[in-house]
Amino acid sequence: MSRDWRPPRFHRAALAVWRRNALVWRRLIAPSLVINFGEPFLYLLGLGYGLGLFIGTMADMPYLTFLASGIICASAMNTASFEGMFSVYTRMVPQKTYDAMMASPLEVDDIMAGEWLWCATKSLISASAILLVAALLGAVQGWQALWVLPILFLVGLCFAGPAMAMSAFAPGYDFFNYYLTLIITPMFILSGVFYPVSALPEALQRAVQFLPLTHAVALVRPLVAGQPSTGVGLHLAVLAAWAVAGFYLAVVLVRRRLVV
Amino acid sequence: MATDFPSGSRQEDVVIDARGLTKRYREHTVVRHIDFSIRRGRCFGFLGPNGAGKTTTLRMILGLSPMDAGRLRVFGQAMPRGGRRVRRRTGVVPQLDNLDPDFTVAENLRVYGSYFGLSASVLAPRIRRLLEFVELQDRAGTRIGTLSGGMQRRLTIARALINDPELVVLDEPTTGLDPQVRHMIWGRLRELIRQGKTLLLTTHYMEEAERLCDELVVMEHGRILVQGSPRALIREHVEPEVLEIRARRERVSAALGELPDCRRERVGDTEYCYCEDARPVVARLERDPGLVFLHRPANLEDVFLRLTGRELRE
Repeated sequence: MSRDWRPPRFHRAALAVWRRNALVWRRLIAPSLVINFGEPFLYLLGLGYGLGLFIGTMADMPYLTFLASGIICASAMNTASFEGMFSVYTRMVPQKTYDAMMASPLEVDDIMAGEWLWCATKSLISASAILLVAALLGAVQGWQALWVLPILFLVGLCFAGPAMAMSAFAPGYDFFNYYLTLIITPMFILSGVFYPVSALPEALQRAVQFLPLTHAVALVRPLVAGQPSTGVGLHLAVLAAWAVAGFYLAVVLVRRRLVV
Repeated sequence: MATDFPSGSRQEDVVIDARGLTKRYREHTVVRHIDFSIRRGRCFGFLGPNGAGKTTTLRMILGLSPMDAGRLRVFGQAMPRGGRRVRRRTGVVPQLDNLDPDFTVAENLRVYGSYFGLSASVLAPRIRRLLEFVELQDRAGTRIGTLSGGMQRRLTIARALINDPELVVLDEPTTGLDPQVRHMIWGRLRELIRQGKTLLLTTHYMEEAERLCDELVVMEHGRILVQGSPRALIREHVEPEVLEIRARRERVSAALGELPDCRRERVGDTEYCYCEDARPVVARLERDPGLVFLHRPANLEDVFLRLTGRELRE
């Protein structure tokens, strides 16, 4: 089957797709916010205080601050990944929402652009919730921490693309377990969320430099802890490259699935 | 160029023009080099058994499926490149309802209107009118999940009209609906034709095609078998009168004796007799008082079965 590799082109109508999702989210705001606030609260309270009691400080900051800055990034990753897989797949396949959209002037590129922005928006919402909880627990050191919000929107874009690409060739929901188990979980454990990357064996340290979550954590942690940032340009470039490449791949694969 | 169009029509009257349209899925050809031309303000039907290529043809018309060969122009736009512009002026009723389950009746229309870039002030009065048109004005705030199948279909039709389209494409609009809803929908579709809209529908209900279509094609295995108005097709392809006789072959033969000009076909427990003039046949059948038979005029279904055969399609 011929594949349409043209670069994505989208119109303002893509925002209608974003607005549709935002409208549905507003409907379910109570359960979403319970999850958005409840989960990090448990993590930070349970692990941060509990482990923090034994660990004290890590990388020159209280363990609660260390953990909170990591969890913020992991949560942005998880939120965008789940939205890009389970929700996008639901709208694409069983619910046929995209079929209905494609009978309007919207095209696959517009729909994907709207979904991409929506996934990142949800990452931003969940990251904001954690930042607020962390601030209430006294883990955030200063107002410069607000800079993490645009960064976590970028982290959302970065993980939404590959997740939507998985949706594009998933035969069913079970398929997502491969991606979650083989990609997301290792990243969660190895990218410096719970302990510094420098604690890893050297080969692994080099390998995790290719993972976007490592760069997200490297950007966010100093901002939350009020420490000087280093290598900002490189970290942003890696995240942006993943975001663009993942989105492009998703668009090409969804075109192949829907425009036949 | 002018010879491409049916005689008596000017080029601007032609909404859709297809020449040599072909679609393949891998080595399987689903639409084979078909030609047709659809004029403004008409109702045009695609008839055919499942798998004939009807839905694929609709998808190509909407620019949702690139063709493998041939030329297709819709509103003068070369397809599939003009897809976005064509869909801006077209309403679509898909085969399976794909209403948004997360929204109410009115929200479905409002959100769908936003995909066309229509503003809230344009949409509000239009939604009120459309809900009246499909008799759902009392359901504006109802969630989709609690609507009956017939209500969902009517809402899908209202949704297809949200952009005030010139062309309305309907893929099996009344499949699976009860007679009341079907008749109500047929009435609304005729109203759309009166308003000057062009309708394009696929169906395998012959009755639906006979009632609505000015012109139709019968498709099978990706080819167009015949094209014309329902009346002309019936006149050309089958005898005008039909007798359906529910009895064993020998009994029918005994009752009929030697009758010329009567084409007989047997399906299961029924004998179909197609004839130019049924009166002498009826007279003979009535001599056997216990014989159950039905005398009716020929219809599109007879044409369809004549052309596509009686074996089952899966």
